[in-house]
Amino acid sequence: MTTIPTTSPEAATPPPGSGPAKTTKAAKVPQGHRRLLTRRDRLTLGLMAGLPTILHVALVWVTALASIALAFTTWDGIGFDAITWVGFDNFKELFTNNPQFWPAVQHNIIWFVALILIPTPLGLLLAVQLDKQIRFSRVYQTAFFLPVVMSLAVIGFVWQLIYNPDTGLINSLIGANEPGHYIDWIGDPDLNLWAILIAASWRHAGYMMILYLAGLKGVDPSLREASALDGANEWQTFKNVIFPTLRPTNTVVLVVTIIEALRAFDLVFVFNKGAEGTELLSILVTNNIIGESSRIGYGSAIAVVLLVISLAVIIPYLIATFRKERQA
Amino acid sequence: MSTLDTTTTTAASAPATQRTPVRPARILLHLFLAGAALAWLAPLLWALYAAMRPYGETSDKGYVSWPDKLSFENFTNAFTQSEMTHYFVNTLIIAVPAVLLTLFLSSMVAFYVSRFDFRINLFLLLVFTAGNLLPQQVIITPLYRLYLLIDIPGITMSGKLYDSALGLVLIHVAFQSGFCAFVLSNYMRSLPHELTEAALVDGASVWRLYWQIVLPLCKPAMAALATLLSIWIYNDFFWALVLISTGENMPITSALNNLSGQYFTDPNLVAAGALLTAIPTLIVYFALQRQFVSGLTLGANKG
Repeated sequence: MTTIPTTSPEAATPPPGSGPAKTTKAAKVPQGHRRLLTRRDRLTLGLMAGLPTILHVALVWVTALASIALAFTTWDGIGFDAITWVGFDNFKELFTNNPQFWPAVQHNIIWFVALILIPTPLGLLLAVQLDKQIRFSRVYQTAFFLPVVMSLAVIGFVWQLIYNPDTGLINSLIGANEPGHYIDWIGDPDLNLWAILIAASWRHAGYMMILYLAGLKGVDPSLREASALDGANEWQTFKNVIFPTLRPTNTVVLVVTIIEALRAFDLVFVFNKGAEGTELLSILVTNNIIGESSRIGYGSAIAVVLLVISLAVIIPYLIATFRKERQA
Repeated sequence: MSTLDTTTTTAASAPATQRTPVRPARILLHLFLAGAALAWLAPLLWALYAAMRPYGETSDKGYVSWPDKLSFENFTNAFTQSEMTHYFVNTLIIAVPAVLLTLFLSSMVAFYVSRFDFRINLFLLLVFTAGNLLPQQVIITPLYRLYLLIDIPGITMSGKLYDSALGLVLIHVAFQSGFCAFVLSNYMRSLPHELTEAALVDGASVWRLYWQIVLPLCKPAMAALATLLSIWIYNDFFWALVLISTGENMPITSALNNLSGQYFTDPNLVAAGALLTAIPTLIVYFALQRQFVSGLTLGANKG
């Protein structure tokens, strides 16, 4: 699961009992006070920031850069002298000659569109209903949220009990579990992606519900009152007053969903290891490592495609978030 | 901290006059929510039902059938036959150090960027947060090769970072510290600056500021993040799948994958194993619901 950082400084909660927090600028030690830092303090600070940064940069960013470099080579992984520069060959082959690549791109897009069209509005609907100060709110919330807490691998196994052609719940209920009448939810390339997407949506809706509930909590109650005084009905109030104020939440939801769609992996792997009908970019990369063929340059080229798409979302989003923060 | 259960507490503490009277609309709403909640729990309840029946019975009578008897036998069998205790311990060996180290390292970064006005701050924070948002597959190929290259004889069973708990701990820490550094730096920024400034003028060292003043005040945020991290790291499937090769060394979620391969002829036993695997996260969630949900929304608050 991804959680998206958007909290701007004003939104950060001050700890209880520390009194009203000052503005962002004041909370930092002003420039002049740097003189107060001894040489030892500076060394401590350097280590405090430096060690975690080295670990993070080495394992995340250096490897991301290495992926880019390796994407232009062929390498079987044995011995560095076997690395050969091949330019754009890997990409050329990927785009023109790999029967799995374009289906994978298409499935990643379907994954995103499906998540944004079905579980996201459902999560919003549930959040709006649960926000009405009703009894048993906690009980309902827990039911919807339970799948979010569970491992996607576990969810994969739970849903296989539903989709299994012989013994699964659906086929047993509709009498399609006799040989010859099978509906193969997991094996049929026209069905399996959708079957998996239902399981993914089951989990995603609860997550969206929590995000929207948090967003709704931030809506100024006087807006609702004013709207009610003006004689707006529930739907009008939601459409014209509440929903527009949820804009920041919607941005987060959009980014979370794109990233979840790019990261999608565990469910598909548990279901059918990305066999026909369920190819995803993440699965193609992984199969290059744990499968029989170890084509590192080729696998890295797929990773680079994934990286480029991700950065196209991450960078504008973070720039917008951080700019807002700067202005605060 | 904004927690979701404030809904219920404010509803309960509101004066009785403000309680909405019982209206048909309310009853309808409850019917809708109860129905939806039940539908939401159905897959889990179905798994539980299947897990509580012996395989012989379900293969004779079909899965959609009235039970002759329900028992926890499959759970006991899954637990003993697949040595789940061993895999739970493996997960603990990975998750406990990973959670603690992530919190420790990311709080130091957060302290650095939020309490001092260095030019590099914004960039540093960007590097951490962006890193956390990348799909894991973007970095896995070189990481896998790197882990095979790094020899650490004597420290891990495999003599390498590959196939070791240490390797998993490191990548969890590196990856998750991005998110935690961001959340904690926002949190620390909201602490009044007089707190640390006065101490600095009095000659306290930077380490003391961090360890004795700032960190204790961050307890609520740390608790929320700890809950979140425990569940995420426990649930990890991908890193362990690629970076662990020996069945013995696997954490519980990937061991489950093996169990299902081994017992694929008995779906009831696999169901029991899957549910057993989910129990620790459910316990953490029910015990620390407030922390978990607030942690999740710490990062996705109103912007």
